[in-house]
Amino acid sequence: MSKDQELLEELANSEYEYGFSTNIDTEILPPGLNEDTVRFISAKKNEPAWLLEYRLKALKHFLTMETPDWQNFNFPDLNFQDISYYAAPKKKALASLDEVDPELLETFAKLGISLDEQKMLSGVAVDVVFDSVSVGTSFKGKLAEIGVIFCSFGEAVQNHPELVKKYLGTVVPATDNLFAALNAAVFSDGSFAYIPKGVRCPMELSTYFRINAMNSGQFERTLLIADEGSYVSYLEGCTAPRRDENQLHAAVVELIAMDDAEIKYSTVQNWYPGDKDGKGGVYNFVTKRAIAKGRNSKISWTQVETGSAITWKYPSVILKGDNSSGEFYSVALTRNRQIADTGTKMIHLGKNTKSRIISKGISAGHSHNSYRGLVSIHSGAVNSRNFTQCDSLLIGDKCGAHTFPYIEGKNSSSIVEHEATTSKIAEDQIFYLNQRGIDNEKAVALIVSGYAREVLNKLPMEFAVEAQKLLAISLDGSVG
Amino acid sequence: MLNITNLHSSIEGKKILKGIDLKVNAGEIHAIMGPNGSGKSTLASVLAGKAEYEVTEGEAFLDGKNLLEMAPEERAREGLFLAFQYPVEIPGVSNINFLKTALTEIRAHRGLPELTSKEFLKLLKDKQELVELKSSLVNRSLNEGFSGGEKKRNEILQLAMLDPKLAILDETDSGLDIDALRIVASGVNKLRTENNAFVIITHYQRLLDYIIPDFVHILYDGRIIKSGTKELALELEEKGYDWITQHETGTV
Repeated sequence: MSKDQELLEELANSEYEYGFSTNIDTEILPPGLNEDTVRFISAKKNEPAWLLEYRLKALKHFLTMETPDWQNFNFPDLNFQDISYYAAPKKKALASLDEVDPELLETFAKLGISLDEQKMLSGVAVDVVFDSVSVGTSFKGKLAEIGVIFCSFGEAVQNHPELVKKYLGTVVPATDNLFAALNAAVFSDGSFAYIPKGVRCPMELSTYFRINAMNSGQFERTLLIADEGSYVSYLEGCTAPRRDENQLHAAVVELIAMDDAEIKYSTVQNWYPGDKDGKGGVYNFVTKRAIAKGRNSKISWTQVETGSAITWKYPSVILKGDNSSGEFYSVALTRNRQIADTGTKMIHLGKNTKSRIISKGISAGHSHNSYRGLVSIHSGAVNSRNFTQCDSLLIGDKCGAHTFPYIEGKNSSSIVEHEATTSKIAEDQIFYLNQRGIDNEKAVALIVSGYAREVLNKLPMEFAVEAQKLLAISLDGSVG
Repeated sequence: MLNITNLHSSIEGKKILKGIDLKVNAGEIHAIMGPNGSGKSTLASVLAGKAEYEVTEGEAFLDGKNLLEMAPEERAREGLFLAFQYPVEIPGVSNINFLKTALTEIRAHRGLPELTSKEFLKLLKDKQELVELKSSLVNRSLNEGFSGGEKKRNEILQLAMLDPKLAILDETDSGLDIDALRIVASGVNKLRTENNAFVIITHYQRLLDYIIPDFVHILYDGRIIKSGTKELALELEEKGYDWITQHETGTV
């Protein structure tokens, strides 16, 4: 065996060490959800008894819950007994990129995604993921030196059970909502990060792990803890369209910031949106919540949502610590038959708490885009402030933009501001840009990136450039 | 350079242009005057390729290329520039980013590489001085919150940056105070070369005190009914549009 080949083999095997694909292709649980399912999952993951208890309690609660009816779309026909909860459906590996949908490849090319990554994302068998594995490993080492724990959720359960036990479900209780309960019962894997006191995490977490993180499944669980005075920026997702056989994705993300800590969480979501009629797209029903627990703590959510047939999520902040602040910056783009019902909740509990909400909806085709937000000022939240700006951009005349802002004020020293606009891309704007030599596609991209600029500016630089391209590509052919 | 023959155009079935003939050579400045509703702005829009206007008859060539077969952006890349009467606002898109995008597209069409940031900024600075536009305006969102005069000067800045063969100024003088008028006119005069040409559409003669046209055409009811030199503009100013309309009625 040549040396290169040895190296490849080693790398290929070393992937298993990290638990991304241990044995899963051999064991598939038949569809159905009951106690046995949960016990099976927990046992497979070699979980401690308390975690099994946690899952079982969640399941018990889940089985008593009704599907919600307050959302601004028709609830899809979901039968929870039809889903296989410990299935890593073995994707049929394609032999080469030639077998991949050319449209998808074109998108990859436009996004500037490397060939190896293209193969990974479209399910082509890859010989080696040299870069991502080696880079990933060396960064893990660097992080460990400064005490940052960053690993898969499963690893965290094994290696840091005390931290997981202490914080799991403290921000999103298992009883929170139907999908949070389901996730708590059957979550597959996900990410865990702990930033110790006073540490400023020197790199954007997860950038280098995006390929590895891909297979963490349809019930992802993320738990991030920033201890006193620490800082972390976390990136989730990737701009490349991700095809997935699992239609329902119900992730839970919990963020906890102690005194003087700051967490910046950025998401680019581009799950498969289905065909032109919305058939086959992913249901992205996610519960994301953060608690700004300590004094002067800060949470910032930034999201660019372009994928999924239905996106349904409200990354929220509980502003518990005095002087804590929460931010939510969002761009949600829908087209064809896509639906987005997204926004945030800012729960002001502490004194002098501040929140800021900037939401930019873009609707094209026959899609519907809703902003739904709650700003709740509790009686103890004296001198708290909120500013909300909620804009909608319509492209064409078949789409819809909806706004559902809820405001609750329980003390008189607080100030809440809400601004909202709805606009259309005017033909005049496109013609003006055409007249300066810019074609329709670029004109729309320019107008939309201008519209979303305030939010895109909040993303880490590299991500922002990709997100801008993604918006442009997503709107390809929507105008003119 | 520009060669228009028997151009007819209508919007929503209503005939606006009823047979325009116009020839503009390199190095020339043509003024097109006429009362409201005579079709001046329609002519500009049709040449630039605005979709609402249907060309029912006739031809328009720019340096031998058929304008009417091209998409608006292709016409622009071929060197046709329209200074808009009402420049649109595009929130969030910085003026500078917009200019860079436009210039890159047009240069690419001419087979020229994209300017480096340094080269671009140098060019911008030079051209900015030409139209006396404050630097702060190039960093702001495109035309957003600009005053009327600033928008018009920004049009001339774009003209200077994109260096077209043929520039059509559609009532650039409307809404300008005398200082802004002088700045716009001096910009045009400085940009004028023997290789480019200008078509200046205006309702009033006063802009022509600053930009001296080689030819003046009077547009009335969709036709050019009279052509002459700059004296024609003065005569028109003196006698008013009634003179023309009576004149026109008289000849029919």
